[in-house]
Amino acid sequence: MIAEHVAFGIIAAVMVASALRVVTTRDIVHAALYLVIVLAGVAALFLLVGAEFTGITQVLIYIGAVIVLFLFGIMLTRSDFDQDTETDHKRKFPAVLTALLLVAVMIGALVDRFEGVRLDANLPGGQTPQTTAQVSDELFSQYIVPFEAVSVLLLAALIGAIVIARREEGG
Amino acid sequence: MLLNEMLLLGAVLFCIGVYGVLARRNGVLVLMSIELILNAVNINLVAFGAFHDTVMGQIFALFVITVAAAEVGIGLAIVLLLYRNRRSIDLDQVDLMKG
Repeated sequence: MIAEHVAFGIIAAVMVASALRVVTTRDIVHAALYLVIVLAGVAALFLLVGAEFTGITQVLIYIGAVIVLFLFGIMLTRSDFDQDTETDHKRKFPAVLTALLLVAVMIGALVDRFEGVRLDANLPGGQTPQTTAQVSDELFSQYIVPFEAVSVLLLAALIGAIVIARREEGG
Repeated sequence: MLLNEMLLLGAVLFCIGVYGVLARRNGVLVLMSIELILNAVNINLVAFGAFHDTVMGQIFALFVITVAAAEVGIGLAIVLLLYRNRRSIDLDQVDLMKG
């Protein structure tokens, strides 16, 4: 039990520190690489609570595909490697205030409602029974319509991205 | 493990992402901050799924991951088009519709 807490603490600390670097660093490539750490931490948390399929999907899609997409976007849109350093607004106070207010409200509400509630409170034997087989059973029976809808959405997004980013060659 | 550990981490990550969306001027960095927000939501979904002993949380998280991938594809295509037309992805300069 204590090992779980320690593992969570380490992962959470690394994730929060990396996330702060993502939104504060001035180097865009560094921001993308710090984002990798945050996404890997999320995947590790999924594994920690027994959501192994979601964790593996997180690694495959986010770290495998989305980050590569980001790096391509950075490479294709960086005109001057030294000059283009203005990545933030001049006045950050409103953004800091909004984020702090939001986090205060959310932490207050969560501590008020869920203080001391155990994650496995609803499990009979303390064992996590959500297996990949169960996920696939649910996904392909009860959630088959949303699944197909999301497939069509991905196809539409793919075609849309190609159409938007395509170079216009005489119309 | 406590439920609140996951939820509080999700809240903190969410707010860091909100700060990034508000404070950043670079289009790609804003998209990265949106990814932070979506991941915070995924943490909450999986945590509540495990708490209620159901796979619905995981399935919703999978849908969110899929939609986030589509969103990044479209978003980066738009940023690319912006760069091609204006030679800059500074979002403060995208003010053609300013009254």
